[in-house]
Amino acid sequence: MKKIEAIIKPFKLEEVKDALGEIGIEGMTVTEVKGFGRQKGHTEIYRGSEYTVDFLPKIKLEVVLPNDRVDAATVAIIKAAKTGKIGDGKIFVTTIDDSVRIRTEEKGDKAL
Amino acid sequence: MIKKLITSVAVLTLFGALSLANARAEDTNMAGMAMTNAPAAAAPADAAPATDPGGTKTGSASDAQDAGGTHFVVSAPSDLSDDDKKDTNKVAAYNDAKKAFDDYTTQAKAEPLAVKLADSVGHNRVAVNFMWTLITGFLVMFMQAGFALVETGLCRAKNASHTMAMNFMIYPMGMLGFYVCGFAFMFGGMADPHSLVNGGIGTMGGYSGLNHEVGLTLGGHFFGLFGTKGFLLQGAGYDTAAFALFLFQMVFMDTTATIPTGGAAERWKFSAFMIYGCFIGTLMYPFFGNWVWGNGWLANLGAMFPGKLGHGHVDFAGSSVVHMQGGVIALIFCWLIGRRHGKYDKNGKIVHPIMPHSIPMVMLGTFILAFGWFGFNPGSTLAGTDLRIAVVAVNTMIASATAALATTLYMWWFKTKKPDPSMMCNGMLAGLVAITAPCAFVSAGGAAIIGIISGILVVEAVFFFDKIGIDDAVGAISVHGVNGAWGCLSIGLFADGTYGDGWNGVSGTVKGLFYGGGMGQFWAELIGVITCFITLSVLSIICYKIAEVLVGNRVSLEVEIEGLDVPEMGVPGYGGVQMDKDSETPMLKA
Repeated sequence: MKKIEAIIKPFKLEEVKDALGEIGIEGMTVTEVKGFGRQKGHTEIYRGSEYTVDFLPKIKLEVVLPNDRVDAATVAIIKAAKTGKIGDGKIFVTTIDDSVRIRTEEKGDKAL
Repeated sequence: MIKKLITSVAVLTLFGALSLANARAEDTNMAGMAMTNAPAAAAPADAAPATDPGGTKTGSASDAQDAGGTHFVVSAPSDLSDDDKKDTNKVAAYNDAKKAFDDYTTQAKAEPLAVKLADSVGHNRVAVNFMWTLITGFLVMFMQAGFALVETGLCRAKNASHTMAMNFMIYPMGMLGFYVCGFAFMFGGMADPHSLVNGGIGTMGGYSGLNHEVGLTLGGHFFGLFGTKGFLLQGAGYDTAAFALFLFQMVFMDTTATIPTGGAAERWKFSAFMIYGCFIGTLMYPFFGNWVWGNGWLANLGAMFPGKLGHGHVDFAGSSVVHMQGGVIALIFCWLIGRRHGKYDKNGKIVHPIMPHSIPMVMLGTFILAFGWFGFNPGSTLAGTDLRIAVVAVNTMIASATAALATTLYMWWFKTKKPDPSMMCNGMLAGLVAITAPCAFVSAGGAAIIGIISGILVVEAVFFFDKIGIDDAVGAISVHGVNGAWGCLSIGLFADGTYGDGWNGVSGTVKGLFYGGGMGQFWAELIGVITCFITLSVLSIICYKIAEVLVGNRVSLEVEIEGLDVPEMGVPGYGGVQMDKDSETPMLKA
């Protein structure tokens, strides 16, 4: 089992969700987050005084799925979330030890 | 314990002021009588004109007049003294007046029904003026909502219930202070015969019961300082015309009162604010107001020094009386209370501008204020029968438009490359403040130029006060203080001479420099502006220091960082709404 964590632009969420749905992914968890990468936020000006917006709003999308689905899902996310401009986000993949569906107490891949 | 102390001090202050006023009134007025050699013919102050609390006697044939102001009823001229009889001009004037009176008497005898009808016409005229004054007063009252929204919107969400509560409580606090003694100090001497300018409530039946002014006699001139009739709206104050005047003037006072609550917001202890609330309507607002609108010394300057100071300090609807007073109080309070935590670094450079939490709220409030201004300015005729109200209303809207546009373009093109919605609102309000004094005396073109200048002035002023480290949370000093001063001065430049004949007892219309009026009017306005600045600075410092000793003006750093809502007021402005902590002002690095 693997977990994909994708940090994407908020307005791309709908497209990414649809793309994952098309390849049969049945669930995901989404969080509104803030952060910065190499771009380091940007500078704005209010009533003559400059200020930096350090943390830009992003969406963090988490999907846990069997090992053989990871590549397809990653491709789908990249295809949907890419604009080619700075700030498109990142994808992280980690290994998951176990999972349990609380209602039925099923474990492992069956619980996904 | 502290609460008891505040209450007793407030009460003592009020009554102390009352007794002082009464004591001094006796002495000074006698001195005034002796030295000004007031003519015996003028109604002496103790003649006590009848009040009309029932409203059944105000408005009669003597109030009936044509559009030009010529009265239908002609009264008998007073007899000439032996000295006067030697003056051929005076004799000729007397003979003309006598003939007019005789003609009227003959006509009145021939047509008694016409005289009865004139009573009705005069009453209706006064009734129209009452209506106008009250309804425009109601509009001005609604400006409290505008101020509350503008000020709260410009603050951070964590201070919303505190800023709203200040705007809310200043309404009753200011009103009750004005009721107890502010109105009497301001208008209680408007008909005192010792002042050269001493009319009653002319548009509302001419009630002249508010007729005792305390002042100083210097160089043969009586300088009225404050009135003493109408405390608690009792005695001479219990009259329908006085009540209408009270309502209208009370909402003006509350406009001043609510200006500093924005400037010093987000760090002002509520208890200290309440002490300010005790002072504003009682002792801070009324004195300068008396000098300009209560026939005090500033209004009399023109009549005292003919040909030198125009019509004296003219302020049609309150650029100085209302707005500049509020702006100066805001300036002193912002200066003394210090900057909000986190905006400036230790070297006095702005590192984190504090942003408004609700621009929609600010803009809605600005529109409410602009709407209320149609009461503020046109209502200041105190007369719906004065058709100049159309010019006043149009001038008001034109200046607001040119100012808003000037501010927006100036920010966009020259200052920050973005139009900035918060500054747009400051710009429109600046134009409205500036046109408040000159609105009745200038043409539409004049109003447009006054608006443009105010729109640029407000931006420069906001940047200036930010730069010197006076942290004004909402731009109150720049909008009301700076542009209040500009509005008054602009009369001395742009008054076009089409209105104001006989204003402040000076014959001829009000004319500024650009219309051939010379510099006299400008100097009179300048004297008023400087007087306003000095007087209100002193009163504000005293008020601030008293509050500092009693309860302290500033909340603790912990409270300021958490937000004043819960620690000070006990309830958040937005309960149940999650706040975005990243939009909060960060802690200063040690």
